[in-house]
Amino acid sequence: MSTSTTLTPVLSANWDRPDSFTLESYRSTGGYEALRKALQMEPDALVDLVKNSGLRGRGGAGFPTGMKWSFLPKDNPNPRYLVVNADESEPGTCKDIPLMMANPHVLVEGVAIASYAIKSSHAFIYVRGEVLHVIRRLKHAVAEAYEAGLLGTNILGTGFDLDVVVHAGAGAYICGEETALLDSLEGYRGQPRLKPPFPAVAGLYASPTVVNNVESIASVPSIVANGIEWFTAMGTEKSAGFGFFSLSGHVTRPGQYEAPLGITLRELLDMAGGIRAGHELKFWTPGGSSTPIFTDEHLDTPLDFESVGAAGSMLGTRALQIFDETTCVVRAVGRWIAFYAHESCGKCTPCREGNYWMVQVLDRLENGEGTEADLDKLLDICDNLLGRSFCALGDGATSPVMSSIKYFRQEYIDHLEQGGCPFDHAKSTVWGGDR
Amino acid sequence: MSSTFSDETRARLEVDAKEIIARYPRERSALLPLLHLVQAEEGFVSSAGIEFCAEQLGLTAAEVTAVATFYTMYKRRPAGEYHVGVCTNTLCAVMGGDEIFASLKEHLGIGNDETTEDGKVSLEHVECNAACDFAPVVMVNWEFFDNQTPDSAKKLVDDLRLGKDVVPTRGPDRLCTWKEASRVLAGFSDGRGAEGTQAGEPSLTGLRLARERGWTAPDPDRLPAAPAETDEEGGA
Repeated sequence: MSTSTTLTPVLSANWDRPDSFTLESYRSTGGYEALRKALQMEPDALVDLVKNSGLRGRGGAGFPTGMKWSFLPKDNPNPRYLVVNADESEPGTCKDIPLMMANPHVLVEGVAIASYAIKSSHAFIYVRGEVLHVIRRLKHAVAEAYEAGLLGTNILGTGFDLDVVVHAGAGAYICGEETALLDSLEGYRGQPRLKPPFPAVAGLYASPTVVNNVESIASVPSIVANGIEWFTAMGTEKSAGFGFFSLSGHVTRPGQYEAPLGITLRELLDMAGGIRAGHELKFWTPGGSSTPIFTDEHLDTPLDFESVGAAGSMLGTRALQIFDETTCVVRAVGRWIAFYAHESCGKCTPCREGNYWMVQVLDRLENGEGTEADLDKLLDICDNLLGRSFCALGDGATSPVMSSIKYFRQEYIDHLEQGGCPFDHAKSTVWGGDR
Repeated sequence: MSSTFSDETRARLEVDAKEIIARYPRERSALLPLLHLVQAEEGFVSSAGIEFCAEQLGLTAAEVTAVATFYTMYKRRPAGEYHVGVCTNTLCAVMGGDEIFASLKEHLGIGNDETTEDGKVSLEHVECNAACDFAPVVMVNWEFFDNQTPDSAKKLVDDLRLGKDVVPTRGPDRLCTWKEASRVLAGFSDGRGAEGTQAGEPSLTGLRLARERGWTAPDPDRLPAAPAETDEEGGA
C-alpha cells in the first residue's frame, strides 16, 4: 500500500491567520486572482476546464461538477441560477461550516467564477439556519466583495453582473437534497421533487439551475488558478484532487484533514494520533451516517469514490465518525434511525413509515425486548425502503441498519440474550474513557 | 393573544418585509426570512406573525402555516431569551451529549422543548449541527459552544440566567438574544461578522500538522511529469 500520502492544504491553507475571513487577508494570499483570470476566458472554456479537471461533487454523491454545468440547455430563454448547497446537515459532516467560517471568500470567488461559466447573473447561497456566526461571516464576505467591485454590476470592469443572496434555512435536513432545497428556497415546505426533470432543466422557478455543494464551488478558484494538471496531480484517476477528511469521535486529535482523495483511514489515524489512548477501533462511517459503516477490516481501503464503493460503502462527504470498542452499535444505529424518522419529510410512504417502524424495532432490540426475528424484520423494511422514494433520505437510513447487522449481528443478539444493553455508555463519553 | 400585530408594529415590520422581498426574483422566496422576522418580533411564530407573512405575500394563513410547521427552527410557543440546543445525534450522544442533556433537564427542572419559569432559558435536543470534531456540542441561540461537559453546560445555563457575559467558542464577542438572532436569520446584519475567532483548534489540526512536516499541495510550477496529456490549461 501507499505509505507516502501527505496532507495538501488548499482551501484551509490560510486558516491559521486570525484575519483569514477578511477580503484583505484573502487577497494577500492570491485571492480573487482566479476570478480575474476566469473573466478573461470564454464561459464554455471554463465549463470544459472544470469538466476536464475531473472535479466531482463534494456534497456526497460525487457527480462530476463540470458535467452538471454543461447540462444547462442552450435554448432555454429563462434566467439561469447558481444555487450553493450550504445546508450541511448529514450526521458526521462538519467541513463546509468551518470552511465558511474561516474562508468565506474562497466560496464567494467560486460562486462568481461558476456563475460566469454558466452565464448566470443571480446566485444564492442556501445555508442552514442553525449556524448564526457562519451566516454573519458569509454576509460579511459578500458585502466586502460588493464594495470591492467583485460582485454586483460590471465586475472588474468586464461587463459581467452578478447578485449573490445569502439565504438562511430554518431547520430541515431534507433541504440538503437539491430539489427539496429548491422548493424551500421558493418559499415552500422542503420536499423533494420527482426527477427528471433535473434542476439543470427545471430548477429554481422552473429555470435552468446548477446546485453545487460549498466545497465543490470553493475548489473551483484553485483549479482555475493552477490548472488541470495541478489538480489531477492529487487524488486518483477517477477521483481527482483533494478534499476535507473530517475525523470525529474516539480519535486523539479530531479535526479537518485536507488530503488527496485515496488516502486511507490508517494514514489519517496515524496523523490524528490514533484511536484515543487505551482503546481500539470498532466501527466508522466513511462519509456520514448515510454511508454503510466500516470496521477495522477497512483501514487500508483507499478513500476514493471507486474503492469505497467496491468495499460496500460510499465516500459520501468524507465524514469519518470513529467509534471505539466502548460504543454500542445498536444504540448508535438506533439514534441514527431516530434522526431519519424525525427528518423524513413525509412525502413518500416507504420512507415515512419505514423509518417510523425501524425506530420501534430498534428501540425494543436495544432494550433487550425484541427477538431474533426482528433482525429479519429490519432487513425486510430496508428492502422495502431502498430505492423506493423520491430522494435518497430513505436509502441513507438503510445503510447503518443493513451494514451493522452484517458486521455486528452477534451484538444485536447479545442484547436479546442479556435482556438489555451490555455496554456502559459512560465509558464512551469524552470524560469516561479512562474508566 | 391578538391575532394581528398593532398598527405601529405592522408599519415597522412592513418596511423590513419590503426589503426582504426585494432580495428575490419572486416574492414567495421571502417566506422563510419573513418567518424569521416575525419570530424576531415575538420570540416565536404566533398567529399574528403568520397573518402578517400571509398579507405581505398574498398567501392564505393556511399556506404560511403549512410552511412554518415544517421547519424546526420556527417555534410555536415563546422560546427562552436563550434557547439551548444539545446535540444528541449519534456522535455527540456517544461522546457525552446524552449525559449533558439529562443533566440540563434535571438542573433546570424542565423537559425537552420547555422554558424555565423566568423565561430565560429554553431547552431542546438538536440534530447534528456540523461540528462533530468539537463533540459534544451545545448551541445557544445557534452559536457554537464546543467541547462541553455536564458541568460546563450547567455553568453555562446558570450564567445565562444570572445575566453574566457569555461568549460562544466560535462566534461573536457577546451572545445575542433569541430575538436578535432571529433578526440576523431574517437577513439583517448586526455588524458582528468580523468578531470572534476564525477557526477552532480542531479545524486547524490538519493544517498545523502539514506546516510541522512541510507538507503542501503540489507547486503548480513544478509538477511531476505527467503521462501524455492534452493541452495545458493552467500554468502560473
